[in-house]
Amino acid sequence: MDINYTDRPWMDPEAEPFIKIQSVSKHFGDFTAVDSVDLDIYKGELFCLLGGSGCGKSTLLRMLAGFEYPSAGNILIDGANMNDVPPYERPVNMMFQSYALFPHMTVEKNVAYGLKRDGIALKEVNQRVEEMLSMVELSQFAKRKPHQLSGGQRQRVALARALVKQPKVLLLDEPLGALDKRLREQTQYELMNLQEQLGITFVVVTHDQEEAMTLSTRIAVMDNGRFQQIGTPTEIYEFPNSRHVATFIGNANMFEGRVVENGPDHVIVKSHNPDCEFYVDHGMSIQEGSKVWIALRPEKMKISKQAPDNDTNSIKGMVHDIGYLGGTSTYRIQIEGDRILEITSPNQVRPKDGNPPIDWDEEVYLSWEPSSSVVLTK
Amino acid sequence: MNSPAESTMVAEADLKSRLMHRFTHMLHSNWKLLILLIPFVWLLIFFLAPFFFVLKISFAEYALKSPPYTNLIEWADEGVMQIRIVVDNYAYLWEDDLYVNTYLNSVKIASISTILCLLIGYPMAYAIVRSDHTTKHVLLMLIILPFWTSFLLRVYAWMGILADQGLINDIIRWFGFEPIRLLYTETAVYIGIVYTYLPFMILPLYANMEKLDWTLLEAASDLGARPTTTFFTVTMPMTIPGIVAGSLLVFIPATGEFVIPDLLGGGNVLMIGRVLYNEFNSNIDWPVASAVAIALLLVLVLPMMLYQHMQGKEAETQ
Repeated sequence: MDINYTDRPWMDPEAEPFIKIQSVSKHFGDFTAVDSVDLDIYKGELFCLLGGSGCGKSTLLRMLAGFEYPSAGNILIDGANMNDVPPYERPVNMMFQSYALFPHMTVEKNVAYGLKRDGIALKEVNQRVEEMLSMVELSQFAKRKPHQLSGGQRQRVALARALVKQPKVLLLDEPLGALDKRLREQTQYELMNLQEQLGITFVVVTHDQEEAMTLSTRIAVMDNGRFQQIGTPTEIYEFPNSRHVATFIGNANMFEGRVVENGPDHVIVKSHNPDCEFYVDHGMSIQEGSKVWIALRPEKMKISKQAPDNDTNSIKGMVHDIGYLGGTSTYRIQIEGDRILEITSPNQVRPKDGNPPIDWDEEVYLSWEPSSSVVLTK
Repeated sequence: MNSPAESTMVAEADLKSRLMHRFTHMLHSNWKLLILLIPFVWLLIFFLAPFFFVLKISFAEYALKSPPYTNLIEWADEGVMQIRIVVDNYAYLWEDDLYVNTYLNSVKIASISTILCLLIGYPMAYAIVRSDHTTKHVLLMLIILPFWTSFLLRVYAWMGILADQGLINDIIRWFGFEPIRLLYTETAVYIGIVYTYLPFMILPLYANMEKLDWTLLEAASDLGARPTTTFFTVTMPMTIPGIVAGSLLVFIPATGEFVIPDLLGGGNVLMIGRVLYNEFNSNIDWPVASAVAIALLLVLVLPMMLYQHMQGKEAETQ
């Protein structure tokens, strides 16, 4: 069968990665910022390095830019080893978190800076700067200094300055971090369109999981200088491989239990606190009796006042708190052992007389599909 | 009803309290003005008043009396006021080559010293800013440390180092070379001025560089600028305020410097500070000495005004 790999080059066994990170480590004294990581990024990807502060994502990005050199390992971009290449000779450009616009130059001069360094004729420089500024809709601000612009405009200047050199890879350090929420959402889509239009490989560093989910083709979740999981947003959200990933990306209710039955097409996990049985509808290569964790996403559970037909895949509890968000409501349900579970449920029915369908302190049943729970071994 | 006497008393008390109230109100609303007023009055008494004395004397004539100059205002017979303003002193400065040459020489020595201080001080300030926290404080301390010894003492120490039988020539002789003459040359004056005023260059540069956003240098490098290009296109333009402040702090006092040319330059280096000293103390020609001082002030006010102008411009852009 002929599979179309154009949108998913990482699935293509014959595709050659554009950026190869081969067992790269970075030590600062005793501290290991990046711990022997391997990563392949393909041409045209919008790849996100996601993690909390100090997880090593920025160090990795700085190594791609050339501001830091690996303590061990190799970084290859488009086939060329970058280990001894200074930043000013790399085919990459970076958009800084603080934007790092030159305050003593106009917008125009900021954008032209990189082209002038390449010794391009002034006429072409001016033409390309003009094109770039019109693309980011800043033509009328060409003669302004950075301090005369708003945050969003500055962000676009920084983007224009990095893109005007037509780099092979664009590195973005928390590109939307300094913008307010509304502008962030808008810019997010602009970035995606731009990336698609130009076909440049983007590597984005962010701590914002929502940003990573919407922007990227693939995400690498980082912690303690290592990759926890690399995959598409859907893979990472629906099939996390560890408790850390499951709780870092979105919310998850976590249950500790043991495998009591391991069939070819199903697994049954029993937890003691709360006393509950989880039927999972896929087989696993795992020994009976081994300790596992079950992760359940808040939106994967149903909340109801009626008891479900069987005891498997359901828990009884009491409404502790309701967060009404308009489109959805978040319920915090107290179950046995004083544990609180989180459930989100769409508000599909308009309540009569303004009375919510489920109220505080009511007894409710939570239930879920056999396919909803994720079994985690670490 | 109140008696008339009583009512006046009430009115008086009322007026008093109203005045008190107004006064405290003024104090409250104008406290910023009051704080400014104190240094202003200070400068008025201790800077501006002496300046006008000097200005007055510069328009007088030498006289064999005490103080040794004529009065500008004299009361002639019948209560007629006579004002005598003499501009001869200034004309004399202009006509006598000695003064013009001395001014030019002072400006030349101060300019070259300023450039030398900048060339030495800029890398030093840069190194201090880029070093880690603890080293930074040690290095800054070392820059400030010389101020703990008297300036005069340090210049005397340099006499010992530069003398024909001094430290440097001892070392030269030890290596078997001919000793060189250092003390009482222009070189000695340059060494003295650069040594003395180097901290005044380093400290403003340091203060300026400390605020520099270093990611700008990374951005330049990322955009393809080699280190030297980054320096001339980003680092230097960003540190111009520090360069200007440091240069003025060196240039202005160096121009009027007296001790260093006197002790290290001997009679061989003419600087305006020495001429001023001689006119005042040896020739006892106060009017000419005053004119020399006023002319020096004019020479120095120009760069100061330039600096003010630039500062104003910079404040505008930020």
